[in-house]
Amino acid sequence: MIHCVLHDPNDSVAVVVVEGVTAGSPLTGLILDEDRTIALECRQDIPIGHKVALKDMAVGDTVIKYGVDIGKVVAPIRKGEHAHVHNIKTKRW
Amino acid sequence: MQNVFQGYRRQNGRVGVRNHVVILPVDDLSNAACEAVANNVKGTLAIPHPYGRLQFGADLELHFRTLIGTGSNPNVAAVVVIGIEEQWTKKVVDGIAATGKPVQGFGIELHGDHDTIMRASKAAKEYVQWASEQVRSECRLSDLWVSTKCGESDTTSGCGSNPTVGDAFDKLYAAGCTLVFGETTELTGGEQIVAARCRDDQVRAEFMRMFDRYQQVVERHKTSDLTDSQPTKGNIAGGLTTIEEKALGNIQKIGRKCTVDGVLDKAETPSHAGLWFMDSSSAAAEMVTLCAAAGFVVHFFPTGQGNVIGNPILPVIKLCANPRTVRTMSEHIDVDTTGLLQREMTMDEAGNKLIDMMFRTANGRLTAAEALGHREFVLTRLYESA
Repeated sequence: MIHCVLHDPNDSVAVVVVEGVTAGSPLTGLILDEDRTIALECRQDIPIGHKVALKDMAVGDTVIKYGVDIGKVVAPIRKGEHAHVHNIKTKRW
Repeated sequence: MQNVFQGYRRQNGRVGVRNHVVILPVDDLSNAACEAVANNVKGTLAIPHPYGRLQFGADLELHFRTLIGTGSNPNVAAVVVIGIEEQWTKKVVDGIAATGKPVQGFGIELHGDHDTIMRASKAAKEYVQWASEQVRSECRLSDLWVSTKCGESDTTSGCGSNPTVGDAFDKLYAAGCTLVFGETTELTGGEQIVAARCRDDQVRAEFMRMFDRYQQVVERHKTSDLTDSQPTKGNIAGGLTTIEEKALGNIQKIGRKCTVDGVLDKAETPSHAGLWFMDSSSAAAEMVTLCAAAGFVVHFFPTGQGNVIGNPILPVIKLCANPRTVRTMSEHIDVDTTGLLQREMTMDEAGNKLIDMMFRTANGRLTAAEALGHREFVLTRLYESA
């Protein structure tokens, strides 16, 4: 089963695509552009459609998805944690 | 890929996939009369709306362009136009008449609702009986104009349903179709990617002009970073975090191979085949209404959280890659692409599945939105009326 997907191997976040992902779950991630998988562990409960961090990130870091800049980190994130509006904001507006 | 379908070839050579007889109000005062005519004459479709008085400048031009374009769309067989007064009614009638299709207008002043409804009903009955004898004929795939807009997006949109549209668009582009995408603010964060896909410097400059113009509207009126508006609460609940992330998902809809061949203003009709960018709102019904007014006859609508809108004259095909949405809102979904995110379907297969549904829709299959009676018709306004 695929639990999460990412586009580019350099992405710092992946999208959870199944329901029921809870803290401590081992996850299989599919790299869409390369059709291969990675393994990681989830540290928090993450709802379907929400993102899981693939690496530790510090305040001010750029978040990479689709291989490009999609925003900035505003609160520290650890690998395996829920990444969303509480720790990531837009750089544009 | 098959390359023919059964369509309605109209007087101006354009091909439609539906055969509507529309009762079109010029203004809000005429809605009641239009609805009464549609009630009197079965099989006609009234399209009420709240505007059309004291508008001026570019906003007024857009109003006329949208109404005339809606009546001119090849999915429409004939039109009865009703307005409060004769002159603006005639302007809409003349605009639609340029296509060669049957159209008449009726002004309420000097007549009153009852007399107007009677005269307009006689015209509508004649039109609906005439339309019922129009037949489909074999048309080429390249006769099909296809629009796209995503809505109630979430992260599965960018991962699955939007790239499915991109795969289909790459194939339809190669077949010579006329295609459009838009949602100007929703490209924020990915505008350089779209700019790089433009055919030449002229198209690129025009695209950036439209993009920057819309950014100025946001900057002028914003009171926050637009969180909850763009991205919307629904986007955020579904997992989308920033406008940049949403933009990169949005841009998946133009595939890998299409070139952006031209730029359209809101509700403007393209002048040749290829992929066009239309300056447009990211609000679903507004943008689909603009696409219908520009002459597009089938719409691809990828959704994540479950957008439910349709359009009175443009069949909206809903596709979705979110398994929870496909399960809980199944009546709204035409194409299930959830297999993409479980490695059970390739992107090529997903694109083909969407194109197959496009042909079925073009040949007459009602979309979910049509079957459910979703006929959202929403006019875009540029500023206050005088």
